Amino acid sequence: MPTLWLRVALACYAFGLLYALLALTRAGDLLNRIALHAAYLGMIFHFVSLTEMIAPSGQFTLASVHNAESVLGFLIMVVFMIVYAVYKTTSPGIIVFPLVFLLTFVAATGEQPFLQMPPGVRRGWLDAHIALILTGYAALIVSFCASVLYLIQERSLKAKRGSGILSRLPALEVIDEIGFRSLLLGFPFMTLGLVAGTVVAQATYGRVDFLDPKILLSILMWAVYLVLLYTRWNAGWRGRRAAYLAAGAFAMALVAWAANYFSTIHKFAQS
Amino acid sequence: MNFQLIGVNHKTAPVEVRERLAIPESRLPDAMKQLRQHPGVDEGLILSTCNRVEVVAQTRNGSADLRAFLRDYFRLNPGEYEPHLYEHHGAEAVRHIFRVTSSLDSMVVGEPQILGQVKEAYATARAVGAVHSQLDLLLTRAFAVAKRVRSETAVGSSAVSVASVAVELAQKIFGSLHGKNVYLVGAGKMSELAARHLMAHGAASIFVANRTYERATKLAEKFNGQAILFEQLYETCDRADIVITSTGAPFAIFRKEHGELFLSRRKNRPMFFVDIAVPRDVDPEMNKLDGIFVYDIDDLQQAVASHVADRKKEAELAESIVENEVVRFQARLQTLDVVPTIVSLQDHLETIRQAEIDRVRGRLGSLTPEQEMAIETLTHGIVNKIMHTPISALKTAAREPEATTVVDLVRRLFNLREKDSGQQKKDKIGSGQ
Repeated sequence: MPTLWLRVALACYAFGLLYALLALTRAGDLLNRIALHAAYLGMIFHFVSLTEMIAPSGQFTLASVHNAESVLGFLIMVVFMIVYAVYKTTSPGIIVFPLVFLLTFVAATGEQPFLQMPPGVRRGWLDAHIALILTGYAALIVSFCASVLYLIQERSLKAKRGSGILSRLPALEVIDEIGFRSLLLGFPFMTLGLVAGTVVAQATYGRVDFLDPKILLSILMWAVYLVLLYTRWNAGWRGRRAAYLAAGAFAMALVAWAANYFSTIHKFAQS
Repeated sequence: MNFQLIGVNHKTAPVEVRERLAIPESRLPDAMKQLRQHPGVDEGLILSTCNRVEVVAQTRNGSADLRAFLRDYFRLNPGEYEPHLYEHHGAEAVRHIFRVTSSLDSMVVGEPQILGQVKEAYATARAVGAVHSQLDLLLTRAFAVAKRVRSETAVGSSAVSVASVAVELAQKIFGSLHGKNVYLVGAGKMSELAARHLMAHGAASIFVANRTYERATKLAEKFNGQAILFEQLYETCDRADIVITSTGAPFAIFRKEHGELFLSRRKNRPMFFVDIAVPRDVDPEMNKLDGIFVYDIDDLQQAVASHVADRKKEAELAESIVENEVVRFQARLQTLDVVPTIVSLQDHLETIRQAEIDRVRGRLGSLTPEQEMAIETLTHGIVNKIMHTPISALKTAAREPEATTVVDLVRRLFNLREKDSGQQKKDKIGSGQ
């Protein structure tokens, strides 16, 4: 059943994908509203799917790559909806929707991988670790989307082509604020997630292997995240420079994610 | 109706060309005097705004070389601007003036400022005596046409002025304008208008810097703003989110290094420069800086291109009004033209004289050539004496707006009918004097 609900959610997100593809055309306005309602619906099914996975067996763990993808997709949608609630703009959807669709698609169609849990791992801490990190990712991704939109909007203002598709984007400072606030939102989660990870590692192995590629990359990503916040806070970096940094952090996050395949202690992913 | 017009506008010439041809207000009176002294020119007027430079003249035979005037006056390489020039003669020139004054030729069709600008040029021209009779009529008529267009079409009411376009762009950058600071550099009418629009949309405070500090203070008072000494411009400018420049400075006053300075002081918060000055006050290089957006007067035009389409229908209506007025004006000028009336008056009296001589000639019998001569001289003298007052009255009237009444009166008194007048008859008057 959970997979069924997830697939229904996927179908709903498909509208979002369609919107993202056609946002640049005239159909954008109508699709915008359809996509938004479909996204609400998709989130409900998505949520049902997630709870159903946990409820019956207690078997569910985030330490499964597809579950993690599903949760990440859901969290991105949550951040997106928060942004929508505050700023009344669906523009980040141009990037967010396809990404969530992709994540949900992989989660819904892939086979549940074989779980290889280390003995004696503390499940509560592990789930907390992953959930926190994923929330951090979600915020970072939305922030990155905002940076890209900022670049697009800045380009169009510089090029002085006022009309057309780009006029649908929110004002430059609004996009900037979305990006910065998402970044601020994500940072505590990311930090706490890493702390929780250390706790798990300490409890399971008695030590933290800082040379493990995944841990190394995660710390690096956290550092980039910190730099991103610092330059913004202190020097007011935004636009191109902020977008490059956000892209860097995002890439780092992707690599850290992929590092599961090389890590000795994050060996859950065998899909 | 020997009107001639030569000029450039925002459609034919880029701002780089227009800024070189722009004549500052202070030099306009001299320019107009010089135009009036140009060979073949009877009356002249020059309109110089940020979007156009137009030279209008009433010429003796309709073929004065106005290009030569531009060459003499500007002493620029003609190759730089001549490809952008347009020229109109006669009715075409009238139509053009009507369209310009009615704001149909404006960058933002229907914007109200152009009428005021034409009126100012007209006042200057009158003050230096460059405009007195026919050109005067043309312009007063043009003002009436502009008024008609405004009241009979919606062109003016839905006008998107440069100012409101600036507001729109500011909103694209800053979202809400609440709490944003506006800096006016140069205290002109246009910047005042833009400031008013920005304040209406929530801008927090206004700074004004102007070469003459009194004018800055005066303008700042209007908005509860703060006047700033021009020397402190660069130290204070980073406080502004939106800078509107409209000075008459011949060189850019904001260059790239200033932009870099402002940005570092502002921690890279974006800045928006609206440059409505021609020549431009902001170096276009500034636009290359991250976080600084520079729009000059031509860019604003692009930004309003979409709005213009909405008003196309109203503009068509306005065009038909202008068309109609051009025809009316031509007809009016023809009646105004006193020459045909004078010619027919002379013809009329000459016919009477001839008829009277013919009538009495038979009764007098044979006359000596001396006697013939005496009769001719006598009758001519009487006719000329009688004609003298009405003709000089007509000639004086030609320079007055109420000429029509005088012409009508003379025609009625002497029972003259409409007759075509040509160059030949004009010559006749010339010799008759």
